[in-house]
Amino acid sequence: MIVAASGAASAYDCIVIGGGHNGLVCAATLSKGGRSVLLLEAAAEVGGAALTREFAPGFRVSAGAHLLHLMPADLLRDLQLNSHGLEWAAQGMSSTALVPDAPPLLLGHESAAGLSSTDAQAYSAYSARMRRFAAALAPVFSRVPPRLGTSGWADRLSLLRIGWEIRKLGRRDMRELLRIGGMNVYDLLEENFESAALKGALGFDAVLGANFGPRSPGTVLTLLYRLAAEYGAGDAGMSQPKGGMGALCNALAKAASAAGAAIRTGAPVASILVEGDRAAGVVLESGETLRAHCVISSADPKTTFLELLGARHLDTGFVRRVNHIRSRGLAAKLHLALNRTPVFRGVAEASLRGRLLIAPSLQHIEHAYNHAKYGEYSAAPVMEITVPTVNDPALAPAGQHVLSAVVQYAPYALKAGWEAGRQGFLDAALDTLERFAPGLRGTVVAAEVSTPADMEREFRTSGGHWHHGDLAFDQILMVRPVPGAAQYQTPMAGLFLCGAGCHPGGGVMGIAGRNAAREVLKHAVKSP
Amino acid sequence: MSENLEPHFRRPLLKTPFHERARALSQVDSFIPWAGYTTVDVFTTMEQEYFAIRNAATLYDLTPMVKYRVAGPDVVAYLNRLVTRDVAKLKPDRVAYCVWCNDSGHLIDDGTIFRLGASDYRICTAERQIDWFLDSAIGFDVEISEVTEQIAALAVQGPTSCAVLKTLGLAGVENLKPFEIGYFSLHGHALTISRTGFTGDLGYELWMEPRSAEAVWDALMAAGRSRGIRAIGSQALNMARIEAGFLLPNVDFVSAEHTLRIGRDRSPLELGLKWLVDFNKGHFTGRRALLAEEIEGPRRQLVGLDVAGNKPAHNALLYTEAGGKREIGSVTSAIWSPTCKRNIALAIVDAPHFRMGSTVWADIYLNRELVWERRMSRAQIVERPFFAPERRRATPPAEF
Repeated sequence: MIVAASGAASAYDCIVIGGGHNGLVCAATLSKGGRSVLLLEAAAEVGGAALTREFAPGFRVSAGAHLLHLMPADLLRDLQLNSHGLEWAAQGMSSTALVPDAPPLLLGHESAAGLSSTDAQAYSAYSARMRRFAAALAPVFSRVPPRLGTSGWADRLSLLRIGWEIRKLGRRDMRELLRIGGMNVYDLLEENFESAALKGALGFDAVLGANFGPRSPGTVLTLLYRLAAEYGAGDAGMSQPKGGMGALCNALAKAASAAGAAIRTGAPVASILVEGDRAAGVVLESGETLRAHCVISSADPKTTFLELLGARHLDTGFVRRVNHIRSRGLAAKLHLALNRTPVFRGVAEASLRGRLLIAPSLQHIEHAYNHAKYGEYSAAPVMEITVPTVNDPALAPAGQHVLSAVVQYAPYALKAGWEAGRQGFLDAALDTLERFAPGLRGTVVAAEVSTPADMEREFRTSGGHWHHGDLAFDQILMVRPVPGAAQYQTPMAGLFLCGAGCHPGGGVMGIAGRNAAREVLKHAVKSP
Repeated sequence: MSENLEPHFRRPLLKTPFHERARALSQVDSFIPWAGYTTVDVFTTMEQEYFAIRNAATLYDLTPMVKYRVAGPDVVAYLNRLVTRDVAKLKPDRVAYCVWCNDSGHLIDDGTIFRLGASDYRICTAERQIDWFLDSAIGFDVEISEVTEQIAALAVQGPTSCAVLKTLGLAGVENLKPFEIGYFSLHGHALTISRTGFTGDLGYELWMEPRSAEAVWDALMAAGRSRGIRAIGSQALNMARIEAGFLLPNVDFVSAEHTLRIGRDRSPLELGLKWLVDFNKGHFTGRRALLAEEIEGPRRQLVGLDVAGNKPAHNALLYTEAGGKREIGSVTSAIWSPTCKRNIALAIVDAPHFRMGSTVWADIYLNRELVWERRMSRAQIVERPFFAPERRRATPPAEF
């Protein structure tokens, strides 16, 4: 236990640990709610995994997430991010599925170009149905998940509301949702479509950033989860902030500052200060003690509970649950500096403004995943590719370009170790790109691979997982991150969670930060 | 190396190092399984063995008691987070009775912690706990290993037990205080002796290497002949422990890790073990739940009962009145106590009916030559232990 001078007054109502988007949203919301807030960020600048940084001289990239599609429109509006400098390089970005030896598929909301008439018909019915499901599930995101096993009316009501949203779908849709809810996405797409390329592209979104292959149980849930989050965000599709994802966090930081929050960067937290069995502040790695009436951590649950707070302040059963959170990342980032515009076979220049998918079939994704199950990287990986400089030339020297790709699968604990495996994985990724963009390899000026192990170091997330823990049946809603901490409060009085490890999870969404701030405003009294 | 290639599942129970000696003395061939070992339930008759506990000296093989060694730089912090007592207060060569709880403050098990060195501890428990102990070690620099098979253990209990040990030449054993540990040598066999036991009487527990087991047994039997020494089984021990008011897992409480039904797990406050709970020592598992429970008050309480008549109130339901309308609890352990000459029982009684001195009614079923009879007996809630002779604490103990 850390002992500090007793009787010292809290300098702040709230200390927020971590300046990623969730921490910033939380700090801004708390400040707007009238609390005095200090936000502490370990890195030299805010952003967390929503950061823009230089990876080669003159070339800048969104080092973590590279597309914004989950952050609710009302959140952007409430924090007036436009007036705090947020501009868009692109909005409503398209998805193009690259197909070997065939023209690519351009996927729209309701229709897709280049499909057979059967598939075209099925696609519009499927899209409409999935949108209805997404609309039914979307309200869940902004609510505090109910506690299980209590007799509290608020909890019961919350559970009933989830049931009611699903019941409101009507008998046929409800039955269909309950039928497919626990299925794997492979079977769902096989039921619906003929085209291998279409199935691959649709199935890819179900496993993007997840520890799953398309045949893994529960992958329809992960797809519905993504669609519901997108729907809840305003259904505006994908967008790219001008200046990369870091620009969003800079705007959030300005919004928080404008609301009165103090932000300190380069201030890594060593531990959470505990006094009289409640969180009373933090101790920085520098040894400095900062006091507050409550502490809200946007760090992942394992880091928050096991590293910053320490198991000795928690019960064994709770620690056991935290220790079992599945939080090992499987997604790597590939950053390429290119000396000219990349040319993908058959891809129109307009499509290069959107995202490109390399997931030619469900079988292909499953094969890529097989390697990861045994601690190896995929020999033929699947990818989500963006060329952010097409929309935002300022990210690279004039005439040159940046390619940013999510590459799967790259297991956190590579059997051979990433020191030995890094070059082979880069080669596999470049070979895959070369098949769809012949000559690309010759235009590469610099290349960077960021594996989950790298992301763990860079973003201080246990396991290097985007979502701070898999989104799966046993790790969502009232069991996210674990029972006992699923309502943003924790067993330690005065300590709250606000990061992606909480409901509703990661991706650049910001809802966890906002929900948490609302709970703090409700439950934690102001310091006198 | 063993030449025996018979598959282990044909003989699933292990034999303790004392087994051959016990087998030779067993007159009724009554063996029961205990924690993976075969052990004696009764050697001759329960009553004969019980009276040896209270009037002479007894040997009881407690090798199956599960033993863990816990050591490492964080061992005190670890143990203090694990159990409800303040282990930091436990001095070297001392033993403490402890309980540990789950997150909701319900008992997982009880046991004794032996401090054998500066940062070397042993936990003895009735049931295996390795998963809970290892999960409790997350975030602590400690090593935990099970050492059950490496240590043979023998309880020497009864008023003449100290005299028997002195006859063996274990000089200074009489100076051991209750819960103290001493180190001795017997014909070249190292013996660790703790003044502990499960009888509530004067007694000791002897810990040794398995290869020393038979020699120590033989020496004790020879030295104790004139003092009435006798090997005893679990049935006689059970009588003694009820008189002493000690709890038996799976009889007086079920581990919270094993209960399935709501309300079947028990907190230390409910079991009358509040004296083991130290809220001021810092955090331990279950502390927050127990604090809340203390504010609300326990929902039920384990109590001692003095039951009218001489028919043990085995498994009896308890009522507020003789009419048997309002059920308020049940008996967990009951015997006619030959030493106290009282009909005693341990029972769980719901709030608010567990006040000391109040009267409850026990619905006792009697099987009299295959005809069941029912008797509603008055019972009074009384202090535990029922039997607590001065000799259990006296140092040095008197010569008997």
